[in-house]
Amino acid sequence: MSWCEYPGWLAGSEVLQNYGCRMASGFWITIELVLISVLIGFAMALALAIARLYGPRWASLAVGGYTTFFRGTPLLCQLYLVYYGLGQFRVFWQDIGLWWFFRDPFYCAALTFTLNTAAYQAEILRGAIQAIPRGQFEGAASLGLHRWATLRLVALPQAMILALRPLGNELIVMIKASAIASLVTLFDLMGATRLAFARSFDLSIYLYAALIYLVLVEIIRRIWDRAELRLSRHLALR
Amino acid sequence: MLDKFALLGFGPEGWGWALLQGAGVTISIALATLPFGLALGLLVALGKRSDSAVLRAVATLYTTIFRGVPELLTLYIIYFGVQLLLQHLWQKLGLPGSFSMPPFVAGMVALGVVLSAFSSEVWVGALNAIQKGQREAAAALGLSKAQAFRLVVLPQLIRVALPGLGNNWMVLLKETSLVSVITLPDIMFITTRANVVTKEPFLFFGAAMLIYLVFSLISARALGRMERRANRGFAAFGGAMR
Repeated sequence: MSWCEYPGWLAGSEVLQNYGCRMASGFWITIELVLISVLIGFAMALALAIARLYGPRWASLAVGGYTTFFRGTPLLCQLYLVYYGLGQFRVFWQDIGLWWFFRDPFYCAALTFTLNTAAYQAEILRGAIQAIPRGQFEGAASLGLHRWATLRLVALPQAMILALRPLGNELIVMIKASAIASLVTLFDLMGATRLAFARSFDLSIYLYAALIYLVLVEIIRRIWDRAELRLSRHLALR
Repeated sequence: MLDKFALLGFGPEGWGWALLQGAGVTISIALATLPFGLALGLLVALGKRSDSAVLRAVATLYTTIFRGVPELLTLYIIYFGVQLLLQHLWQKLGLPGSFSMPPFVAGMVALGVVLSAFSSEVWVGALNAIQKGQREAAAALGLSKAQAFRLVVLPQLIRVALPGLGNNWMVLLKETSLVSVITLPDIMFITTRANVVTKEPFLFFGAAMLIYLVFSLISARALGRMERRANRGFAAFGGAMR
């Protein structure tokens, strides 16, 4: 008996024992998908937020359009547009040698989630940078700091603390939203669960999946709370 | 190229009417869910602030569960689970035939339960923002607890809660796209079918995207207006929370 069958065996659930291994590999796909999209999305969001706040007018407008578009439409629709819609131009992708990317549901889901979370994270970071008191910027200027140095050394460290909580929420939203990837034939945790249900017609498998998601989200929330407390401990004295 | 756009039109080949109907379904499920979810959310919020420890624990558990489980999973559990449960009940009662839950009701319940979990947080924040003196003054005037809530707290609550509830609405509007998986003919369901028939996914999902975007932009505009109206008695609009 492989290790992933034990939880089902212990719980006395035949369906969880039979599909435990599929769900375990699905769990890792969910984790991979979320980590890749949230991390790349964060790097993108940083650039987007800075472009929005300090870039030239056209860049600021373009970023505004980007965030409005991705925040104003459902993730499911975006995923279908990338996976089915862009997949329609198969000949074009084959010509430029990118068909391997747009053929694969995992890459498509990762791309969609990255673009989506980048829009949300960019708004969070923009709000956090804007919430920093003006005196901080003026102080930096009076010390002769360059604009870029002001941003890197003064604004961003403070903004990150403000952004910590909403960024944690965004991570949790992405974990939950990643279940949508199962609708484009990806066998993430939700996909494996759907398969198990379709074959066994045992509804309890959905409850076990709900429990797994719930525990995952709760663990991340607790860790995040701790991290926030620790990172902002110097502010308690103010 | 242009003949492809005829697929979106209202001609014999066009999907225009179907798309409009889908948009209607999307709007109606969102609007049907909203009052149910917000009212339930307010109840949960009152539970979280109640004097009874049991009630507080139940309300907290409720929000933890429905904020932590993916919406898609909640939808499946309610659609299949409640269906199964009611079917059992149906047969136990010896009623003829079989029971089947309409997908609209299942979608409404699932989205409403999730909305109630998220909106309860907004309600709690708003309830905390109403000063204690308001309730004390109401008590001093001889109002009962229920009267004080209905006549004094609630009218002020709506103004404070409006920005948060507005966010909840925007999220709900996008979440309705999930009900397409339980065969409710909303925008996503129609465009998925149109894709199967016409093999033009980019065109149709692009169109769906634009419809959702229009809904979102209209909602944002309307919410901005409502907030301005709710704040009209306050000099420092947006700043003063109390």
